[in-house]
Amino acid sequence: MRVPLSWLREYVDLPAGTAGRDVQAKLISAGLEVETVEQVGEGLQGPLVVGQVLTIEELEGFKKPIRFCTVDVGKANGTGEPQEIVCGARNFAVGDKVVVILPGGVLPGDFRISARKTYGRVSHGMICSARELGMGDDHDGIVVLPPEHEVGTDAIGLLELVDEVLDIAVTPDRGYCLSLRGVARETATAFGLPLSDPALIDVPGPKAGGYPVQVTDEAGCDRFTARTVTGINHEARSPIWLQRRLQKVGMRPISLAVDITNYVMFEVGQPLHAYDRTRLNGMIGVRRAAPGEKLTTLDGVERVLDGEDLVITDESGPIGLAGVMGGAHTEIADAGVPGADGSPEAGAGTTEIVIEAAHFDPVSIARTARRHKLGSEASRRFERGTDPQATSAAAQRAVDLLVLLAGGTAEPGVTEIAVPAEPRTVAMAADHPDRVAGTRYGRETVVRRLQQIGCYVTGSDDLIVTVPSWRPDLSFPNDLAEEVIRLEGYENLPSTLPRPPAGRGLTDSQRLRRRIGRALAGAGYVEAPAYPFVGTEALDALGLDADDPRRRVVTLANPLSDNEPALRTTLLTGLLATLRRNDGRGSHDLALFETGLVFHPREGAGTPPRPPVDRRPTDEEIAALKAALPDQPRHAAVVLTGAREPAGWWGAGRPAGWADAIEAARTVAREAGVELILRQDQHAPYHPGRCAAFYAVAGDGTEVRVGHGGELHPRVTKALGVPERTAAMEVDLDVIEFAGAGHRPSGPRVSTFPVATQDVALVVAADVPAAEVEAALREGAGELLESLRLFDVFTGPQIGEGRKSLAYALRFRAPDRTLTAEDASAARDAAIARAAERTDATLRG
Amino acid sequence: MSAPNKSYDPVEVEALQPQQIEQMRDEALAAIAAATDLDALAHVKTAHAGGGSPLALANREIGALPPQAKAEAGKRVGQARGAVNKALAARQGELEAERDARVLVEEAVDVTLPYGRATAGARHPLATLSDRIEDIFVAMGYEVAEGPEVEAEWFNFDALNISVDNPVRSEQDTFFVAAADGSEDSGMVLRTHTSGVQIRSLLERELPVYVIAPGRVYRSDELDATHTPVFRQVELLAVDEGLTMADLKGTLDHMVVSLFGEGMTTRLRPNHFPFTEPSAEMDMLCYVCRGESVGNPDRPCRTCSSEGWIELGGCGIVNPKVLIACGVDPQKYSGFAFGFGIERMLMFRHNVEDMRDIVEGDVRFTLPFGMEI
Repeated sequence: MRVPLSWLREYVDLPAGTAGRDVQAKLISAGLEVETVEQVGEGLQGPLVVGQVLTIEELEGFKKPIRFCTVDVGKANGTGEPQEIVCGARNFAVGDKVVVILPGGVLPGDFRISARKTYGRVSHGMICSARELGMGDDHDGIVVLPPEHEVGTDAIGLLELVDEVLDIAVTPDRGYCLSLRGVARETATAFGLPLSDPALIDVPGPKAGGYPVQVTDEAGCDRFTARTVTGINHEARSPIWLQRRLQKVGMRPISLAVDITNYVMFEVGQPLHAYDRTRLNGMIGVRRAAPGEKLTTLDGVERVLDGEDLVITDESGPIGLAGVMGGAHTEIADAGVPGADGSPEAGAGTTEIVIEAAHFDPVSIARTARRHKLGSEASRRFERGTDPQATSAAAQRAVDLLVLLAGGTAEPGVTEIAVPAEPRTVAMAADHPDRVAGTRYGRETVVRRLQQIGCYVTGSDDLIVTVPSWRPDLSFPNDLAEEVIRLEGYENLPSTLPRPPAGRGLTDSQRLRRRIGRALAGAGYVEAPAYPFVGTEALDALGLDADDPRRRVVTLANPLSDNEPALRTTLLTGLLATLRRNDGRGSHDLALFETGLVFHPREGAGTPPRPPVDRRPTDEEIAALKAALPDQPRHAAVVLTGAREPAGWWGAGRPAGWADAIEAARTVAREAGVELILRQDQHAPYHPGRCAAFYAVAGDGTEVRVGHGGELHPRVTKALGVPERTAAMEVDLDVIEFAGAGHRPSGPRVSTFPVATQDVALVVAADVPAAEVEAALREGAGELLESLRLFDVFTGPQIGEGRKSLAYALRFRAPDRTLTAEDASAARDAAIARAAERTDATLRG
Repeated sequence: MSAPNKSYDPVEVEALQPQQIEQMRDEALAAIAAATDLDALAHVKTAHAGGGSPLALANREIGALPPQAKAEAGKRVGQARGAVNKALAARQGELEAERDARVLVEEAVDVTLPYGRATAGARHPLATLSDRIEDIFVAMGYEVAEGPEVEAEWFNFDALNISVDNPVRSEQDTFFVAAADGSEDSGMVLRTHTSGVQIRSLLERELPVYVIAPGRVYRSDELDATHTPVFRQVELLAVDEGLTMADLKGTLDHMVVSLFGEGMTTRLRPNHFPFTEPSAEMDMLCYVCRGESVGNPDRPCRTCSSEGWIELGGCGIVNPKVLIACGVDPQKYSGFAFGFGIERMLMFRHNVEDMRDIVEGDVRFTLPFGMEI
């Protein structure tokens, strides 16, 4: 809502010298978000006067037609002689009144005017266009003024060129501030000044002879005022002051009748509609549309109506979408402007007008505006709630202006339809605002503040507050408390701290996630959270089978990009895209990780219920709400490429590979106290020979799969455009957390007896997993085994085709004695025996 | 060392002449003086002080002497051995010092060589900033509450007093989840705020409830320098007996002091949100200029555009309608809530100028933030 300060002053007698910034500060403090204060005509400096064109000489031979004019500017140039001015516009004739800036003047934008030679003549000033004057965007020609303005008159004052305009972002609860009347009320309160309410005017009561109206849907329309003005001079134009005010609030002047309805809407907040009476066909009605009924609106679009749309009708059918937009057929017309429907009366111009001022149900208007994607200044106001008591005054203001400015005659008949309604009251304890704010205002202040916003207040400790008709947002005690607190100033609230009960800190799960983040970052990974949007293309690139569960996605109805309409089922799509982006930007040694949710539709889940909100939902309803949602497990994943360790003066580097990715999975699991069990697997998007499946044993002894890792399949790296041999892993953190639940390490007994070390090299078939050999050795070695480490893997002719040698260092130690060589050897032999039994291992000779 | 010899041979007694012992000593001392490095000295030590050295042999012979000769011979040999050992230690010290001066210098390295062998990683600053904010409130007794990102509309809107017809619902640029049959009305959305977690907390926890709800939220804005469709919020909810706007203000003040240091404060401005009543916009004092740039053209502030205040987010007293929808008696309980975006906080706390740098995952952006911020 744009509010010119000059207009605002009409209703609030602000002290001279009060600047837009002062009003802005006060209104912000009162809760109106004044975003900017525009300085209209900033820097403008006269002499800028009304002139009359005396002669026009057309100059030939230039790229565009140029006029050399003499203009009478009266005494403004000091001599009274005609002023010689070169002008490029052509929309004026000899005798027209124009706006002239003389040498020495400055136009907005620091455009200094001096006598200068142009097109072979000397131009002593300039004839101005609307845009040059800061009056709007119109630059089609110069401003031609109505003839009544005297030559030499100061145009800065005449055109109200210097002003300040507040731009206010009005919140949905404060519909009344979409009017000068509402903003003036807030301003008056903020400055402690009286308000001249523009809606407080004498209004005639209902009187027979008004235009006939029948409201059949009283729920949709509880108030309807109709007034008729005849004998309108259709050639009358809006006076400058009216045009200027509309321009400043952001409306384009159109025609006098339309300008007046717009003006009154901005003045009192009541949208009006003007019908050409000669085009109305019988009684006006208000009803719901029949489904499928059609209406061509003012914008020329034929609209198919919904059964819930509230329409204005005459006997021919719908003539307007109530509160949203009028119909084309009954539109008022300017002289010389053909009717929008090309009717034979084209060019006649409207001389008889029926003014509609009504109050519509906000929800109905909002739905219709949304349904037809048709927001208007009117619907914006109706859907926030207008003042039902203001219809008659608004209609009267329009009638007055039509009589005054268009020479019309008000018909005596007044149609007033009003569904009887009690004033709305709210009961509130007088100390309620104190208790909400945490400070002490006292009853007197509370009552005074409520009265200032237009409430009628009775009662002592328990107040009965009758709220004003323009404040449909005030329904509950807290609404009233907010009014009191904001007017007393949010900035004056004290600052206190509540005392919450002792908290339990972060949950195990939350601490685990932080630990995992730190562990991965400590291992050299950079956290890179990606958007969770994916498309089929990305899933194809991963090489997922048609029936891969990761292809069953949750889809958005309105995605940002049609290429990525779904939510991720794996973190790898996002991470690999981020890896590619970094690689493309020249970072080639990359290790990235993300922890975040993935989304899997829940089979057979229905739509979540919509329990009412006037009570707590039942346990069944809560369960149903949750059950309808997709599964959203939390995953962790890494991707890496390039050098894991760079080459340097110390020697060679080490490329990142499948083993790093798998180690990252171990790192994650370790933080949860889970030891991963690894098995060779084949799983997209991994290299079929370089993929591990990760398992964990849960507290109840069951084995659960937690994810996969390894090197990416060459087809996948190619399809995604990431470097060859890029490695990755992804695990389900929820499963890891489950497996590690309750994990609490016991303090080991540290033996100080000497260690006995034994190395063994075992030869096994090449496809025997090292993990199995190790497990067998551990088991066979028994309790004396302190640690075991694989320090070499060897293949070659000495070992034999299809076989490999695994060399282990075993350390034995007893808690209570020094081990003898025989003790250690016995344990070692037992370990070897178990390995031989399980994996056909033989001791390397 | 061998054990003393109890049987002695009188013939050998002659060997312990004083001159001989002196000669042994002098030869040893000369050899010690002549040793030019530690290796040579080690050889000298073996030859003249070791178990097979003449003095050691002489010492062994003392046991064979007649008792009347033992004392003097012992004294003489002992003195000689003492002198040799002392000279050895002295020479050892000299030669070690010499070696230190020479060899260790030769072993010098350039300790300024770079060593980026184990490359560093980093957590994302959005995650660490969120952690930091959580910690502030956890220290006050709040608990961290979480919820799903695909949320039922009832949690995301209805229970928060955002009815189907509330203009806020369409203004929030919501991502709607498609229903299984492809239609738009699945009753689910990508959560537009973490307020759904507040509702879940009120339904699941026992009163009083003091929770902070961080998490990812979604609005269908295109990514540009100041907007991102996926961002992070922190919301707070406190519901207890007798909570007030003053408590809200104090809690906010405590947060900005914790994040930006002493002297920081917040300002509330009236605003409107369906889920709070009264509602407020919260600003914090500009932590760079502390408000001193206002009306002071000589000291303009880029961080706050010389406004003195930085807009943080929305807050207010929990609308009693929200409490009712969660089965909380608004006559007995009241609450306050606030929420703000972490991206914005990160941008002004760490001078980030372009939102795209935060969301694109470029390692060059993230690495400097390390493990905590």
